[in-house]
Amino acid sequence: MFELQEVCKSYVRRGHSVTALRASSLTIPRGDYAAIVGPSGSGKSTLLSVLGGMLTPDGGKVLLDSVSIYDLPVAKRTSFRRERIGFVFQTFNLVPYLTALENVQIPLFLAGLPDDEQQVRAETLLERVGLGERLHHKPSELSTGQQQRVALARTLANDPPVILADEPTGNLDPDSRRVVLDFFDQLHAEGQTILVVTHDTFVADRAKRIFHLADGAITEQSESSQLRVA
Amino acid sequence: MNIKKIAWKELWERPTAMITSLLAIALGVTALVAIRHITVFSEQEVKHQLSELGANILILPPAASLQDYYSADVNGGTLLEEHVSTVLLANLAGVEKLSPKLCTSVKVGGKDVILTGVLPQSEMNTQAWQSVGMFAKKNKHEGCTKASTGVVDTSPEALASLRTIEELDRFAVVVGADVAASTKLQAGASLVLFGTQFKVRAVLPPTGTVDDGRVFAHLHTVQELTKSGEVVSAIEVMGCCEDAAGGLVPQLKALLPDAKVVTVSQVVETQVGVNRLLAKSSIFVLGVLVLVGGATVASSTSANVRERRREIGTLMALGATPNLILRLFLLKATWLGLAGGIGGALAGIVLAVLLGPHWAGVTVSPLPSLAAIAVTAALGVTLIAAYWPARSAAQLDPCTCFREI
Repeated sequence: MFELQEVCKSYVRRGHSVTALRASSLTIPRGDYAAIVGPSGSGKSTLLSVLGGMLTPDGGKVLLDSVSIYDLPVAKRTSFRRERIGFVFQTFNLVPYLTALENVQIPLFLAGLPDDEQQVRAETLLERVGLGERLHHKPSELSTGQQQRVALARTLANDPPVILADEPTGNLDPDSRRVVLDFFDQLHAEGQTILVVTHDTFVADRAKRIFHLADGAITEQSESSQLRVA
Repeated sequence: MNIKKIAWKELWERPTAMITSLLAIALGVTALVAIRHITVFSEQEVKHQLSELGANILILPPAASLQDYYSADVNGGTLLEEHVSTVLLANLAGVEKLSPKLCTSVKVGGKDVILTGVLPQSEMNTQAWQSVGMFAKKNKHEGCTKASTGVVDTSPEALASLRTIEELDRFAVVVGADVAASTKLQAGASLVLFGTQFKVRAVLPPTGTVDDGRVFAHLHTVQELTKSGEVVSAIEVMGCCEDAAGGLVPQLKALLPDAKVVTVSQVVETQVGVNRLLAKSSIFVLGVLVLVGGATVASSTSANVRERRREIGTLMALGATPNLILRLFLLKATWLGLAGGIGGALAGIVLAVLLGPHWAGVTVSPLPSLAAIAVTAALGVTLIAAYWPARSAAQLDPCTCFREI
């Protein structure tokens, strides 16, 4: 279970303090599929960074499966993140000089798997996302939809129980967007916890719960239209 | 996938930056290795000359130039042969041997070689000493530092090391190693010089000096063939030890005011000065290597870190530790340092081998220890230069992976 307890975070820019998150609390049960919606500048990236163990908050706690992430030393936090959390980025963030196969191998290498196991697992994942014929293509040789699928395969490399997605369909055409959202549904059905940060209500509506983020505060929670319909 | 593969692929992704850094390091190492090689061998040659010839003095025509001891007699000018008797008459303490020489150019096997007329010591002893009746009263150098073995090497090959020959017939020659090799001459062969037939008495062992390109004949035969009269190009005075040589110089200058009297120390003085300059230059080049090479690598690595901020943030988000990021950049720097160092060292050695004989008149051979030091220096400079940018990369905020470009 993911839990934020009164987390706050500010930045100082040119002598002025900017509050990105203020006393925010959030609980995401295991296996949940939630969306956090907010306008540009509302603190979505800050929230994701804090949830992902990459940005130490000024106050409060972040708990994942009862472990306080920011009480861990940096090295332990890094390995904790590697094992438990997968990231999906808006701009895919693929390494441009590595092939699709090599990009998917990165988390496996960081987890310490030997080369041959990395290769087998990476190939399986790419075949799962429909890119079995594109293993040795670099990102520049793939369409945006294909790049995002490579990024998804990379996210799943270490089989993380939690997936944090930052505007995962922001740069995609409608067809590719549908593919990604269908994939999230599939992962959710398999038991993974998914948290999507987006300003797109269409994407948010695919989630089971929606949180609203405005001016650094998680202000309300609503059920998605799927649940309302149900 | 492993750290080496990531670093290697990234290196080739930006070939221009890689080549720039490589060149900056390699050029500095090339210059350093080349200069040091030439300096080392030049210093060795000077030391060798001083140790072999430290007790020798040359009496030369006044206009003779001093480039190299071994070719000091090939100067175009001449002295009267009677200066030999003058020196002998003076009975100076510490004079062990005298060797008057006359040099001229002659063609052997279609190539120009130096024909050097030398007076055999047996004739010197017989004629000169008897004529002045001083043989029994040779003036010994008191406190001479050289132990006398009393053994005289009469083989013609001794000319190469002792610079005198005991016996040489009027129509016999001794051939330098290079001349023998190019003309396939051996002991017992015949040779025609100035229309006169000579017999090859011996072939000298290689000396690495201009003597390898000479043919040695009897002094008086050469004087007759060249119709030069009783003149010599130089008179080599062998002192019994360096101390004696030091004392002989002013005496000889007083005795022969119209001649130039030089010791090997004076001859090599210019070379010693050049060696000092080269040694200082190599320190300067090392400084340039550190500054220019280091600055290029530091700048290139910093630019690389800036270009890859998002990539670094992503790697950290995926689980890369700061230590791994640091190692990634330092691994690249290691490869650049090694490649630049090794490439530069090899180029420097080739340059030194090719240019050594022309710049310093020395034969240069590779010195692995010197090359290893240069490679180590290049590697050290590269790693130090890359360390701070690499450290800043390792300290990057992983949140950069969420930021738009």
